[in-house]
Amino acid sequence: MLASLQSVLLADTSAQALAHASAWAVFLVGAAMILTGAAGVILLRNPVHCALMLVVTLFGVALEFIDQSADFLAAVQIIVYAGAVVILFLFVIMFLGVDRKEAIAAEPTKLQKPLALLMGLVVLVEILALSRVDHWVGGTPALSGALNGPGDNVQKVGQAVYTGYLLPFEMTAALLVIAVVATVVLSKRAGGAGNDEAGAVVAEESSEVTS
Amino acid sequence: MSVPSAWYLVLAAILFGMGATGLLVRRNVLVMFMCIELMLNAVNLTFVTFARLLNDIGGQVDVLFVLVVAAAEVVVGLAIIVALFRRRAAATADDIHILKG
Amino acid sequence: MNAAYLIVALPFAGALVLLFAGRRILDPVSGWFATAMAAGSFVCTVIVWSTLLGRPSTSRSVDKTIFTWMPVGSLHVSFGLQLDPLSILWSLFVTGVGSLITLYSIGYMRGDPSFSRFFFYLNAFIFSMLILVLADNFLFSFLGWEGVGFCSYGLVGFWFERNSAAVAAKKAFVTNRVGDFGFMIALFLMFQHFGSFNYSVVLAPLASGHATLANSTATFISIMLVLGAVAKSAQIPLYMWLPDAMEGPTPVSALIHAATMVTAGVYLVARAAPILHFSPDAQWIVASIGAGTCFLAATIACVQDDIKRVLAYSTVSQIGYMFLAEGSGDYQAGIYHTVMHAFFKALLFLSAGSIIHALHDEQNMKRMGNLRKYLPITFPAFMVGFLALAAIPPFDGFWSKDEVLAAAWHKSPVLWAFGIATAFLTAYYMSRQVRLVFWGKSRWNSAAAAHGAAGDTGIPLSPAAAHGSAAHGSAAHGGGEPHEAPRTMTIPLVILTVASAFGWLLNANFAGLDFINKWLAPIFPATVATPFTVSTGTKWILGVIATLVAFGGLFAGMGLWRRAVDRPELEPAFLAHAWYIDEGISATVSGPLARMATRFSFVVDAGWVDGLVNGVGRSAAGAGRQLRRLQTGYVRNYALAIGVGTAAVLLYVSMRAGS
Repeated sequence: MLASLQSVLLADTSAQALAHASAWAVFLVGAAMILTGAAGVILLRNPVHCALMLVVTLFGVALEFIDQSADFLAAVQIIVYAGAVVILFLFVIMFLGVDRKEAIAAEPTKLQKPLALLMGLVVLVEILALSRVDHWVGGTPALSGALNGPGDNVQKVGQAVYTGYLLPFEMTAALLVIAVVATVVLSKRAGGAGNDEAGAVVAEESSEVTS
Repeated sequence: MSVPSAWYLVLAAILFGMGATGLLVRRNVLVMFMCIELMLNAVNLTFVTFARLLNDIGGQVDVLFVLVVAAAEVVVGLAIIVALFRRRAAATADDIHILKG
Repeated sequence: MNAAYLIVALPFAGALVLLFAGRRILDPVSGWFATAMAAGSFVCTVIVWSTLLGRPSTSRSVDKTIFTWMPVGSLHVSFGLQLDPLSILWSLFVTGVGSLITLYSIGYMRGDPSFSRFFFYLNAFIFSMLILVLADNFLFSFLGWEGVGFCSYGLVGFWFERNSAAVAAKKAFVTNRVGDFGFMIALFLMFQHFGSFNYSVVLAPLASGHATLANSTATFISIMLVLGAVAKSAQIPLYMWLPDAMEGPTPVSALIHAATMVTAGVYLVARAAPILHFSPDAQWIVASIGAGTCFLAATIACVQDDIKRVLAYSTVSQIGYMFLAEGSGDYQAGIYHTVMHAFFKALLFLSAGSIIHALHDEQNMKRMGNLRKYLPITFPAFMVGFLALAAIPPFDGFWSKDEVLAAAWHKSPVLWAFGIATAFLTAYYMSRQVRLVFWGKSRWNSAAAAHGAAGDTGIPLSPAAAHGSAAHGSAAHGGGEPHEAPRTMTIPLVILTVASAFGWLLNANFAGLDFINKWLAPIFPATVATPFTVSTGTKWILGVIATLVAFGGLFAGMGLWRRAVDRPELEPAFLAHAWYIDEGISATVSGPLARMATRFSFVVDAGWVDGLVNGVGRSAAGAGRQLRRLQTGYVRNYALAIGVGTAAVLLYVSMRAGS
């Protein structure tokens, strides 16, 4: 880290060195945003604040995408995540009126929280330890098309999606349709009319929950 | 020359670990959902990194699919939460435990 | 040569059609259909036979592979047919006699509620039997071997609502399992030693003299094969099932338990002749089994009262002759006797069926008598069969038995002595039977009144009488006089009568008429069966002795049973009880074995096994009570468990990767 910072600070004037330094800069800024945002999501008590911190993380990830020449994905990340998903979160929070503070300390199972922290640390340490192993990057490169080379990133992604990944792509279309239908069914107002099947099922479940 | 891949992978690991920990610690269902999004993003980051590392566009395409699935998941999940909150205001994940043995 | 496929395909198709559509095909139609299939198979066999006949005798073996059944490593077992003189000869009389008996059954089984099932079994049996003899390897042959065993089981127990029939079927099946065990051991040994089951690999090199076999190997394989043959052919020590198998319908007794299936053992021994050639011990065993069986069964046959049981014991005895011939090294004589026996024993059984039919399911000979006046076709037919079996010249049995006895004499005079004694007994018990059935006073009218009269002999009477008229629809005739059977039953009788009277010309040992010997010569070259000659003078002397003995038995039987029906001094109890062998086995099984079974049932099963099972259940329930505490119902606890699992897996992976 220090060495790389040094290289950023002591950058010579050649264009390559500049690009190198800017890549590092983007990475560091993105990393800072990601970590800040993630910490915010975990630690802040108000769900609205959590959602806003999530946006910060998502922007950070988008930065890292750009840094790794995934331009198209960076755009999609901003549009879909920050533009749609987080808005949806916020909408639900506001709609339900649950934007009050959560008592993080209250916990029905005593061991849950320390174990969770321990688990998170252990997993992290393990992943880091694994990353020290140098011989595990394998596989056949450029299985579905090269990343580098001539052409736009968007063009290459599009080509891959509409040729080699056509079937999964069609299936995501089906998945989205199913999700839409499921959402409509789930959020239908149950109880009031009392004659639609989905509502009856939900009512049954809720009565069991309350009992 | 750009940043070595290992940096991104470490960053993704940290993000993933934070997301997982948050999922286990928080009780608000909505926040738990956000933590899942954090974990998904961590995985996406690794996908993109490996795409660069292996010079394979497939990694980026996978991220696209993950985005779609995540969107669908959020939509359905939020719908469930809405249906849930209609019955019980201020519900947390711990209020639903009739499956207790 | 492609007619060969049709030989097996026709009965198979018939069986399938009757199996799946049998309930929809009405009473006589399924019978005619089955007959047509069997007869078609016979015609195809004749075609193949004539084709083979047109070839030089050295190239009369054709292999027709249908498909590879089991390609396992170096082992390739195929569904293949081997058409050679031996298999074609067997197919000829199996399909020939088989179609005649199927035809006969149309009349015999008329009105039976399970008419179509019967003909399904008949066709399936003919198919299995053809597989047995036509297969080109031992394993495929074993498939047919099991097939005929199954059909035999189904047909012996055809009237399974009758307990005795069900028990007899089980007995036949279980006894045959013992033999199957031997056959399978032989197969394993064969695979271990030759790495193949094909006749062309196992037998051909031995037969052509290109390979030899160690004495011990040959003996072991032979003994195991002979164990299989002994069970299928009802020889000592596994003969007990055949008399009981008479519970089946009479055409079945004629087809399966006289003419064809029980000669499968004879076929197997003949087929395995190249192996037996390397084991004189095994040959001695075969000959001794044959000699012992033919004598023992003949003694028992002398005192039986059931018309079919006499014939059954006679079948056991005659197959003993065949084994005797094969063990003595004269396979042609054994096969000659097999064919002749198929003719006259089928004839006798079918005639007996006609008699039983005429008397409304009466099988006790002591309640018959004077039938020669009522059955104008059955009587001469039975007489011809009787003379052929009693070996009275010039009928079938005389010629073939002569050959057998000559071979036995060459092997050992002791074996011959058994054979000649049996010849006397055969003539005696058959003339006793003829006396009781066709001469004397008619006793069938009083039979119904004094139904328990025969109980004093201690022989279980056939329960067929109890089966009643349901099977035959004979209620329409009421209790009237015995009548001759319908045309479908008498035509096979006439054909078989002719065959029994003149069939011996197939292999007459003079004037170059020995067609069977010539036909089979390529199967039994000098390297398989060491040729021997019995001088003409000796043959003459043996023949004259045999003839005299046969006539002696005939006159003895005719004379002793002229008037009286009950002659206890001629029916000693130990013979009536078949030397107490069945009873002995029962005592053994019901004594120590039953006690052991009781102990297993009440101590081992109730105590240990049940305790173990219940213990498993209890410990599972207890573990469940403790483990349910893990199920808190909190989703986040479950998620934590997943997380811990992830950590563990990652730990394992990083340890693996680090090492």
